[in-house]
Amino acid sequence: MYSQGLIGAKTETTEDESFLAAFQARIDAEEKIEPNDPMPVGYRRTLIRQIGQHAHSEIVGMLPEGNWITRAPSLKRKAALLAKVQDEGGHGLYLYSAAETLGVSREQMTEELLSGKAKYSSIFNYPTQTWADIGAIGWLVDGAAIMNQIPLCRCSYGPYARAMIRVCKEESFHQRQGYEIMMTLARGTPDQKELAQDALNRWWWPSLMMFGPHDGDSQHGDQSMAWKIKRFTNDELRQQFVDSTVPQAQYLGLTLPDPDLKWNDERGHYDFGAIDWDEFWRVVKGGGTMNKERIAARKKAWDDGEWVREAVLAHGEKRKARREAAKMAAE
Amino acid sequence: MANEALLAFVLRLADDHLILGHRLSEWCGHAPMLEEDLAMPNMALDLIGQARALYQYAAEIEGKGRTEDDFAYLRRERDYTNCLMVERANGDFAHTMLRQLYFAAFMEPMWDAIAKSNDATLAGIAEKAVKEVAYHIRHAGEWVIRLGDGTEESAVRMQQAVEDLAPYIDELFDGDEVTAAMAEAGIAPEPASLRAEFDRTVATIFAEAFLDMPAAPFAQRGGRTGRHGEAMGFLLADLQYMQRTYPGAVW
Ligand SMILES: [Fe+2]
Ligand SMILES: [Fe+2]
Repeated sequence: MYSQGLIGAKTETTEDESFLAAFQARIDAEEKIEPNDPMPVGYRRTLIRQIGQHAHSEIVGMLPEGNWITRAPSLKRKAALLAKVQDEGGHGLYLYSAAETLGVSREQMTEELLSGKAKYSSIFNYPTQTWADIGAIGWLVDGAAIMNQIPLCRCSYGPYARAMIRVCKEESFHQRQGYEIMMTLARGTPDQKELAQDALNRWWWPSLMMFGPHDGDSQHGDQSMAWKIKRFTNDELRQQFVDSTVPQAQYLGLTLPDPDLKWNDERGHYDFGAIDWDEFWRVVKGGGTMNKERIAARKKAWDDGEWVREAVLAHGEKRKARREAAKMAAE
Repeated sequence: MANEALLAFVLRLADDHLILGHRLSEWCGHAPMLEEDLAMPNMALDLIGQARALYQYAAEIEGKGRTEDDFAYLRRERDYTNCLMVERANGDFAHTMLRQLYFAAFMEPMWDAIAKSNDATLAGIAEKAVKEVAYHIRHAGEWVIRLGDGTEESAVRMQQAVEDLAPYIDELFDGDEVTAAMAEAGIAPEPASLRAEFDRTVATIFAEAFLDMPAAPFAQRGGRTGRHGEAMGFLLADLQYMQRTYPGAVW
């Protein structure tokens, strides 16, 4: 689904100055860094961390929406939701492949996710309680993802940038689809409108948190910006998101759950209320409603699938042995 | 009667595809590997797409203003006429893939024949479905082979799936006045006439997978007349939840 403002990567690096200067010159010249190019250890580590978190978010993100596939209210919605969740799995796959170009394996990354060592976006630790959540997630969560990811299409690391170009096209389709679900509800029966407002009330603030801590509180932001992994700060992206989402909410006739939200003529932006960072950190650290369930579901899928993955390997070996035996016999 | 039989036939097919697509979609996000988290929804989407086309046609045949969603969501359990095989709980991955293979091996010759049907609408649906079902056979068949000829555990699980699903094969090929009317009108073949090809498809894959077909089991039947197993009510409770909770709303 998307990357959250990166949490907890160490960007320090150990190379000598001339190496770092030459690398920075390539970055400043907007050259793409490719897998076999020399790169600072910190650059590699930051990317592995960020792409890994991003991939895990796509995969864990399949769960909250997957929760509604069997209960989707019409065949059209059922098919669209199934396709959407499948897309997210596809995003995970491209991203794991992009991370693998940096020298980590998908298995390694998966184990880090399951052990709790690797993070994923906290938004997925909120429960999907009603069908309207499917609309709100598409509209807001995929919408925030797009804000985050469009600049990543110009990320200095080539494989990540290219993966993002593909992903962004699909995310904007998801966003429109989510908005269209919200529109249908907002124009529907009073019950449906209530579902839409309730979902917006629950997903608005967590969506703003998706951009990560305030710029002043995020330690690694500057180095990521210098390396052009990141192009805008967390607060810049969050403001962009608010500015583009407020008119969309108005058009739906829904109310954003923020009494302090109002247009600021001087700034040319919407002002908005204070984000509850205690809640943010509580959910990041494991205290969200669904943290345990999400990891448990991923772990169950992984553990239950072990015999299948082993069978694939064993079958491959058997085939190879048979091919070789046949070749020997023919010689 | 001709119209009634056609409606009944189209609904059987539609229900088979909806219910199997629904079951398969339950795997989404929980597959043994990411590649299967993409492949299983693909097949589920094919099945749901086919179900939609069939329900839309059923609505047209019936001519009473019902929609695809009225058929899919607002009938009672007895009114669903899918075969028992497709409604069964997914079980493990071996069970799911073998069920997929069986259903695809049944539908492939069915769609092939319907593609040349006297009924132009069904022929049109079949033309697209033929390609999709060929992929399902390939995909599920490869899994049956890998698992049957994989590790000791996977072989045991695969053989268990073979035994568990065996009682539900015969029902696929049952005939009655509906299938007879379809065959008579040149709309669709008698299911029994597809058995030989089904057996050939399965036997080819089983030979590679080192699997044995069990001896004649006690065949289970009832789906075509709306008499379902215990799992069906729960499936419908899920499927129909929104439509039943908010009657008349448009989504
Ligand atoms: Fe995504
Ligand atoms: Fe998305």
